[in-house]
Amino acid sequence: MSNPGRVKAGYTRAIDFKHGCVEMKHGSGGRAMAQLIQQLFVAAFDNEFLRQSNDQACFQGGNERMVMSTDSYVITPLFFPGGDIGSLAVHGTINDIAMSGAMPSYLAASFILEEGFPFSDLKRIVDSMAQSAMAASVPIVTGDTKVVERGNADGVFITTTGIGRIAEGINISGENARPGDKILISGTLGDHGIAVMALRENLSFQTSIQSDTAALHDLVANMVAAVPAIHVLRDPTRGGVATVLNEIAQQSAVGMVLYESQLPMREQVNAACEFLGLDPLYIANEGKLIAICNADDAGNLLNAMHAHPLGKDAAIIGEVIEDTHCFVQMQTCFGGKRVVDWLSGEQLPRIC
Amino acid sequence: MKYIDEFREGRLAQRIAACIAAEVDARRRYQFMEFCGGHTHAISRYGLVDMLPDNVRMIHGPGCPVCVLPVGQVENAIRLAQLPGLILCSYGDMLRIPAANGMSLLRAKARGADVRMVYSSEDAIKIAQQNPQQQVVFFAIGFETTTPPTAIAIKKAQALGLDNFTVFCNHVLTPSAISHILQSPEVRELGVVSLDGFIGPAHVSVVIGSQPYQYFAEEFQKPVVIAGFEPLDVLQAILMLIRQINTGRAEVENEFTRAVLPQGNIKAQLLVSEVFELRRSFEWRGLGLVPYSALKIKSCYAEYDAERRFSIPALSIADNKACECGAILRGVKQPQDCKIFGTVCTPENPIGSCMVSSEGACAAHYSYGRFRNKDSSALRNH
Amino acid sequence: MCLAIPAYVEQLIADDQAIVNLCGVRKEISLALVENIVVGDYIIIHAGFALQKLDQWEAERTLAMFAEIITLNKNDINVEE
Repeated sequence: MSNPGRVKAGYTRAIDFKHGCVEMKHGSGGRAMAQLIQQLFVAAFDNEFLRQSNDQACFQGGNERMVMSTDSYVITPLFFPGGDIGSLAVHGTINDIAMSGAMPSYLAASFILEEGFPFSDLKRIVDSMAQSAMAASVPIVTGDTKVVERGNADGVFITTTGIGRIAEGINISGENARPGDKILISGTLGDHGIAVMALRENLSFQTSIQSDTAALHDLVANMVAAVPAIHVLRDPTRGGVATVLNEIAQQSAVGMVLYESQLPMREQVNAACEFLGLDPLYIANEGKLIAICNADDAGNLLNAMHAHPLGKDAAIIGEVIEDTHCFVQMQTCFGGKRVVDWLSGEQLPRIC
Repeated sequence: MKYIDEFREGRLAQRIAACIAAEVDARRRYQFMEFCGGHTHAISRYGLVDMLPDNVRMIHGPGCPVCVLPVGQVENAIRLAQLPGLILCSYGDMLRIPAANGMSLLRAKARGADVRMVYSSEDAIKIAQQNPQQQVVFFAIGFETTTPPTAIAIKKAQALGLDNFTVFCNHVLTPSAISHILQSPEVRELGVVSLDGFIGPAHVSVVIGSQPYQYFAEEFQKPVVIAGFEPLDVLQAILMLIRQINTGRAEVENEFTRAVLPQGNIKAQLLVSEVFELRRSFEWRGLGLVPYSALKIKSCYAEYDAERRFSIPALSIADNKACECGAILRGVKQPQDCKIFGTVCTPENPIGSCMVSSEGACAAHYSYGRFRNKDSSALRNH
Repeated sequence: MCLAIPAYVEQLIADDQAIVNLCGVRKEISLALVENIVVGDYIIIHAGFALQKLDQWEAERTLAMFAEIITLNKNDINVEE
């Protein structure tokens, strides 16, 4: 349920809780998911933390400001170029913590295993988690294991939960974007989504694209050190950059303009999108972040990002403007403009 | 030469746009229909409308196969998918399209139907081979471009002796739809819409060639320029149409000569005529019944015809009364003229055909152009 | 529309199939609808099938047509760089 983005009232029809049922689009990071979160989870659990609509909750823990976040991982295939469900589960939650500007301290991990799942695969996944956690210096300190009958799960589902600490004076949140701010991205768009999609058998693609899955807290630490007054950080996972920017625009009640020519993108990702009729702005990333800061700070922030290996392709991709419609727009390479809307439904490969 | 980036060069676009601006006759209006969703997409995606003078208007035509498929056929596909032991294979495009009661193939799948997304008709054949105990139906949709791959699949099923593979054929024909639009009363008699010319399809024309359009140029005295789907192709085609109008010509010109031959792809055409024959009439969403506008499977391939094997009925389901898709597809109205556009009818919950696919006129306007006219102050400040 | 994309023919394989390459992305496609394709050709691909071979000479002519506009522009239209 992380990522409780807000959807404008009246934007979609209310969910039919009597006759409707869960569809794939309710997990795809787009408007349907935001709507489900808002109309079901936020409505039921309502509290000041959830209402902030961030990927994590910040609260006072004794004398310190603490952050907590949780995320579940379900992915087919379990192993993909550049990572696996294990590394993803560690990186994803570390990133959700880091997007508040916090340093992650500890992780918890729970496993739902399907009867018959090979131990060799499970060991490979767990070893990968251990390695990722060690590399990130964030230990996995508690966990849980459940087994369900064959057919009731897809091999393995992993949930990780993390906590972290925020230094004094840091206030990073989705509602802080202000007109005039610059929008930065830490690297190329869409690598993870395309790397995973290329493996699906009926698409029969061969690419050398690797998932970008990575823990971003070290990059964030460098960024926060350089520019403590960063306004917003968020990782553009499901739904991609377009969806995340729309969420932030809604939260901050602002508009945004992206410059198409500045979007960093690998040629292969672009080519795969051409084949499948997909828009890279909506493809998932697992090791990228969007940062929004004062225009005056943007140069410093960009330098700090470039100085880190995970930010070497960072770029300023747009700016925040006043707009009562809260639209995200893009200045195309052609000089025209278009609206970059929320993801509608799932992104499906198409032929027409 | 990679045939892509060369045709997306932004600076060249500025030049072509400057040429258009210099050559238009300020005393008249130019209304062109781009038949194909591919052109609609390029126009929206690259913001080409911003580069055209105010007196050049583009009308989005019905060239999106997903949008024009009538709800009844979607409903038939959903009912098929719900038959026990049946696998329905469909291109990704059709999965979200709503039928009666908001049901779609994706929703049917969520409720247990075995719906598989395929990227190619050959994937459907593979699925039939892998599941010999089950009936596998390929939900075939699309214009002339997409028909030859379906013909290949049927011939392959025959060669392999697959007795569990059938095709639910919904292939439609472009020239009949263009004729239908030109013969509609609004265009022909009432003079409500003046259509000054057409941008002819890109990939449909790769298959059928440029010759079939000769008829429109002669019979209706409308210029046609066949154009590729890259943004420079579209701008160039608009310039070529303006030049034809300015010099009083009504000819078929081909801007997409790198892929379109006058006679088209004859191998593909022969395959199609071997497997398919004309339907007397077929319902198009938004246009109604259009004579000789679709294909069905010939009787010699009847065993691969899902319509026959499963006795699929002719099902006609009326669109929402407030929906203006018909008028929009004929160029009489624009998306923003429709009362339910953007309120009841959105990409998330599409009501009318033009909203269902991202190529549809309404969806393209919703995603890309919605507030172009209304509120561009935010952009101007910028 | 009909989504189709030009790609480079890298390898001909069995059953009238080919491997095409688009900016490093490789995909297996069918050549059943075209004839006389050789390695090095560019073909236009729709739903896993090659529809037509692209004609380089014609493509260059079209690009030259755009370029012609540029020379025209230089003479009589003032275009900002």
